[in-house]
Amino acid sequence: MKVCDIIEKLNLKVIAGEEGLQNEVRGGYTSDLLSDVMGNADEGQVWITLQTHRNVMAVASLKEVAAVIIVKDLEADENTISQSNDEGIPLLSSSMQAFELSGELYKLLAEKK
Amino acid sequence: MEFSYEVEGGNFSKAGNAASSVKKVLKQLNVDPKIIKRVVVALYEGEVNVVAHAYKGKVLVDIDTARINIRIEDEGPGIPDIDLAMQVGYSTASAMVREMGFGAGMGLPNMKRNADTIEISSKVGAGTIVELTTKLSS
Repeated sequence: MKVCDIIEKLNLKVIAGEEGLQNEVRGGYTSDLLSDVMGNADEGQVWITLQTHRNVMAVASLKEVAAVIIVKDLEADENTISQSNDEGIPLLSSSMQAFELSGELYKLLAEKK
Repeated sequence: MEFSYEVEGGNFSKAGNAASSVKKVLKQLNVDPKIIKRVVVALYEGEVNVVAHAYKGKVLVDIDTARINIRIEDEGPGIPDIDLAMQVGYSTASAMVREMGFGAGMGLPNMKRNADTIEISSKVGAGTIVELTTKLSS
């Protein structure tokens, strides 16, 4: 499953980083602690968070996640958006809260297997 | 090969610059992606520590065919009790830093887990030096 597929199925908005919409999604990780993501997330996962500042994209890039989804329609900072475009890692948003969104994504990825 | 990077205390927007640059170099050297990931996690955490706790710092990277050595030195408050600082969950980070999702007491433990060796020396009121070494071939 690709990032563009989950956008369609989960009704996500694309904020930035269109270049990476064909990235393959290999799983998900939900956390608002950057060190937790740094230490435990894997390449190709979709990262679900409520953090909106630029360091999110720095971590996303170093970990090579497939995409970042910001929950609850929170607004990303200006420099988060520009870094998402620079890195080509999609920055997406959802009106759902983290629990619901993680559940939906989990279901979607499990069905596919 | 040697590289050096400046790290500004308090400036989170530049945290990760050294890690990102070292990642590119290691990729060009065809280092195993698993090893690159470990090095990058450890270095990123080190940069964040300097930004979150110190006034300023420097990252000195020395790469040869066998290993990478990273020395992160800062001018800052120092660490009074290194064993305590190494404990998962212990942090002295400010409320602002915690709100950003840092300061969960995972930085130094993440660094230890993601380097072959880690050496920390610190002088209260002066600064801290963290030295990480990791073999580049498995």
